[in-house]
Amino acid sequence: MAFAVHFAASMLACWLTAQVLAASRWTWRAPRVAIVCWQAVGLALGLSAIGLPMASGLAAYDRPTGSALLALASDLGHGTLPAGMGAAQLGLVAIGFGIGGVLLATTVRSVHATVRAQRRHRDLLTLVARRDPTVPGALVLDHPSAAAYCLPGVRPRVVVSAGTLDLLDRAELAAVLTHERAHAQERHDLVLLPFTALCRALPWFRWVRDAHERVALLVEMRADDKARELHAEASLAGALRRFAACRDRITPVGALGVGDRDLDVRVQRLMLADRPPRVLGATALAVAATLVALPVSLFLN
Amino acid sequence: MTRLGDLERAVMDVLWDSVPAASGGVTVREVADALDGRELAYTTVMTVLDRLAGKGMVQREREGRAWRYRAAASREAHIAQLMLDALDLGGSRDAALVRFARSVTGTEADVLRAALGAQAGRTDRVDDPRAGRARRADEATDR
Repeated sequence: MAFAVHFAASMLACWLTAQVLAASRWTWRAPRVAIVCWQAVGLALGLSAIGLPMASGLAAYDRPTGSALLALASDLGHGTLPAGMGAAQLGLVAIGFGIGGVLLATTVRSVHATVRAQRRHRDLLTLVARRDPTVPGALVLDHPSAAAYCLPGVRPRVVVSAGTLDLLDRAELAAVLTHERAHAQERHDLVLLPFTALCRALPWFRWVRDAHERVALLVEMRADDKARELHAEASLAGALRRFAACRDRITPVGALGVGDRDLDVRVQRLMLADRPPRVLGATALAVAATLVALPVSLFLN
Repeated sequence: MTRLGDLERAVMDVLWDSVPAASGGVTVREVADALDGRELAYTTVMTVLDRLAGKGMVQREREGRAWRYRAAASREAHIAQLMLDALDLGGSRDAALVRFARSVTGTEADVLRAALGAQAGRTDRVDDPRAGRARRADEATDR
């Protein structure tokens, strides 16, 4: 039973860490560290969710979950089960495998759907987007709405709409393009993927969606940081403000869309030139490593 | 851009820009003739049209012994579709794109969706100020 308690403690630790991460503001100064921490929490939580029912079912073996599973497999092969291994215990082990299967299947489905959507999008871009000398290396869509995005992949595409070209000046546009290229280079789509998959698997849990939103915001901040390495902060902040303002101009009062608060947060963040919190960051990474090591060590022993 | 992507684009431009809206589509020969400057083999044009039909970009109907092809949707409808994706209004739950920021209002979203719904085929692009800009798109190339 001690191992089941281990997994339960690990889940609790994950939940607590997620609460702290969600409430912390230092994460905005070190988005990359925070992203790694979120991923560690997600991974540890998934493994613990698989391990908890398994370890409960395998209590009779009184060994770490990994070797207990091996012992169960060989016992099943010989057709003899130790005392205390009944249908209920086998059922718990099956539930553990079931959770693992669902998590894996959801991730595969999510990847599949994403790749298909990206291929479709890429095909359409090939047919209707154009190059423009004002934005070298990017594609332009002739549409008056303002949008700037990155289609990730092995051969990524950075796309801006004609509305964006009208909205931003040269310096702002350059900052936005660097921001988009950072998304492409660092494969932020893959960073977000596990969280998107988790939202698919557990759509009724609010905190899963919250975690997804936090990571999405951190990814934007990370790309903002890459952009401000090359461009003046004022350009990037200006671009963000213009996006926010043109939205305000057209939108009637109280009809703001998703992610609006995030825009303001990002602008404010660019105004402050804080150093990344080294000690806090290192502590957070150590906690994250421990979180992952706990369930992994139980499976490997 | 791959040569194939380039060809697909050129063929779609013919279907969008040179085919009268009322006509029932064009034959492979007519497309090949319109792409005169490129000196493409008839079979090449046919292959490209087949690929486009496979992707759902082109519809075809048999007429006697030949197929007649026409664009499945207008250029504007495709752009509207891409913008819906870009502005995260497409209803997809997957992270297919990573966005800088989006600026969109309820009205804009309705207009985009209407553009998709209404556009079964070609539209009259004469009044559309963006059409000229889009038509210059031929020079656009890909990585």
